Amino acid sequence: MMTYFAKRLLLGLVTIWFIASATFFGMHAVPGDPLAGDKAMTPQIRANLEAKYGLDQPLGTQYVIYLGNIARGDFGISYTQENRRVNDIIREHFPISATLGILAIVFAGLGGVLWGALTALYRNQWPDVVIMFAVILGISVPSFVVAAISQWSLVGLNLAAGTTILPIGGWGSVWHMLVPALVLGLSTMAYLTRLMRSSMLEVVGTDYIRTAKAKGLPPTQIFSRHQLRNAILPVITVLGPAIAGITTGGFVVEIVFAIPGLGRYFVQAIQQLDYTVIMGTTVFYGAFLVFMVILVDLFYGLIDPRVRVDQ
Amino acid sequence: MSSLKLSSSDFQPLPPSEAVQQISRPSLSYWADAWRRLRENPRAMASLGLITFLLAFVNIGPALWPVDPSAQDLDQIGIGPGADRSVTLAAHFKAWSPQQQSVTLADNDLGFTLATPANTQAVRLAWTATGPARHRLYRNVFDPETTGSLGLPLVDRDQPWFEDRLDLQPGTYYYTLVPLSVDGMETSGAVTLAVDVIRVISIAQALDRGLIDADDTVQLGQRLKLAWHPLGTDYLGRDMLARLMYGGQVSLFIGIFAPLAFVFLGVIYGSVSGFLGGATDQTMMRFADFVVALPFLLFMILFKVIFGIGPGESGIWPMLVAMIILLWPAPARLVRGQILQIREEGYVSASRLLGGTTAYVVGRHMLPNTMGVILVTITFQVPSAIFTEAFLSFIGMGVAPPTPSWGAMCNEGIKSMLTRPHELMFPAMLISITVLAFNLLGDGLRDALDARMRGAE
Repeated sequence: MMTYFAKRLLLGLVTIWFIASATFFGMHAVPGDPLAGDKAMTPQIRANLEAKYGLDQPLGTQYVIYLGNIARGDFGISYTQENRRVNDIIREHFPISATLGILAIVFAGLGGVLWGALTALYRNQWPDVVIMFAVILGISVPSFVVAAISQWSLVGLNLAAGTTILPIGGWGSVWHMLVPALVLGLSTMAYLTRLMRSSMLEVVGTDYIRTAKAKGLPPTQIFSRHQLRNAILPVITVLGPAIAGITTGGFVVEIVFAIPGLGRYFVQAIQQLDYTVIMGTTVFYGAFLVFMVILVDLFYGLIDPRVRVDQ
Repeated sequence: MSSLKLSSSDFQPLPPSEAVQQISRPSLSYWADAWRRLRENPRAMASLGLITFLLAFVNIGPALWPVDPSAQDLDQIGIGPGADRSVTLAAHFKAWSPQQQSVTLADNDLGFTLATPANTQAVRLAWTATGPARHRLYRNVFDPETTGSLGLPLVDRDQPWFEDRLDLQPGTYYYTLVPLSVDGMETSGAVTLAVDVIRVISIAQALDRGLIDADDTVQLGQRLKLAWHPLGTDYLGRDMLARLMYGGQVSLFIGIFAPLAFVFLGVIYGSVSGFLGGATDQTMMRFADFVVALPFLLFMILFKVIFGIGPGESGIWPMLVAMIILLWPAPARLVRGQILQIREEGYVSASRLLGGTTAYVVGRHMLPNTMGVILVTITFQVPSAIFTEAFLSFIGMGVAPPTPSWGAMCNEGIKSMLTRPHELMFPAMLISITVLAFNLLGDGLRDALDARMRGAE
């Protein structure tokens, strides 16, 4: 188990190095450079600035410096915002995105398991039909449309009530988080519901369920102790990729609901061609995702003894 | 008990017959069998019909509805579907003041009156000259009684009349006149007037728009019809139907072509890796793992920045290339797994024993046997490619304006969602329907083609 963990961690680090390198050489292939701003500058000033930022060094040297800085966790200084370090930007804005993401995962996970179990229990009866119809909608409607419609409904709700029941945007209290998190988790919830349903239906036909029935266990106990526990495993395996989907899906929700998260900041940095912020955010997100996937795999090994990870 | 009469002839062997050797039903190939199963699935067939309709809509549609998607209809900006398009012919606009004609003031506290019939050229208001010298005039598109807001302050006015020419659209406006005190504060006694504005057009404009011919005999007050926009227009007055058709071409092109391309690349990579096996396979798959680990949307955006969009370019190709670079590993992994399995099958060994070359064995036996999986993968990748295009266009990193795409149209429509929901709803609905249709078709194809995944919903 420990060697496996060490191997995964090492591979994760190599992956992060790959992501960092791809980002570095990718950004250097972009035509133009960060100093080519609106203001004209004399060659001397330009040379001074290049020396200050290390841009006069050969690309190989720059790459080594860049890797060294990343290894020390230093992502550099923003090119468009005065005196702002990329680390500060991430530290300030990432917790907001993470809070939203965690809430969305909780919504998606709980909702997916609940709805999936319900549809399997009432297979081909009306709860199944209704929920699966909603699931198809949840998978087919783009997240920005869901976000827009829910914001629109909030406006209508607040108008009808005459006061602000739920804020339509911004960040602050728990009330600001509810609807955006729900919207963010919706497509994942739909996907998990589908997965949970098929996994539940598979479990129903197994021998141990028949044995449990033959022993005379009450149906509620069979459901909670045997069916649910076994059916939930595939749902946990896809949670890793789901976290990835939710963090990047956060861009749209953060833009529509005006939430000052890292996703919104990233889009803004792209539009302003803020090189260091783009590179820093990409590497940070990449590293975050790599570790999340490792974490989920480990967790899976812990809760399911059958997958004692020695593959 | 009935008696059974048997003679010795009953124990003769039957004459040899060809009939028992014949196969009475036509032999079904794998694809014919899959097609038969797909046809029995009503949801898959409905989605196939829907996809055919969508393809016809975006490809044949522009021929049937030959409207330029970037032409602006300035008379009808942001109108909804089925909006009234009648217009009244009016004289050319001339500036107005109440000195030219006498105005009978209304019977309210301020004598607040509509001086002449209101139209989109101007709304002319007059009020009593006695009382406070100064008035403030507000305009709202909603009734101040219900919304509690007077709306847009138009003017602080000393003279007892005003001519409003500010972006008038056909419909009802609520003008509120508030008397001001000497020090400029609003006082009580405001009067609200609801004004119905009709659309008018001058003869010169009508000629310019092609509504009348130069040799037509026309008279003022005559009713004409403006150009027809079945699904309304967007915020620049461009025809929604035409834009949806052309936008669909972009969205469906990326949605269908990108998966075809990267699945093709993945199939080659995966089959080479799976066939060679050993250390080569390990190295190739490790590289694929790295590419999978790249955060997809971030690198999509990054690639878009790297490729850049020159002036006059639509930005479709950079998006396509970025998708191909980033998405090939998933099909590659899948195909490699399949090839590894099939490599050990008896018929492959038999084919090699009979002298089949590597290329022959792969092309004739291995790839056709993975075709079902590949086809299902492509179908399921189409919705995600369409989503990716829509998402990128939505955050402004996709196709460049004025090229329409459904995602870009959603991006434009969301800004005026509250007042003109149709600009968001139509492209959003088309995206949803397309994604839904490909998802259902994928489910059906998986059931029909892939025996192992069957029933795994």
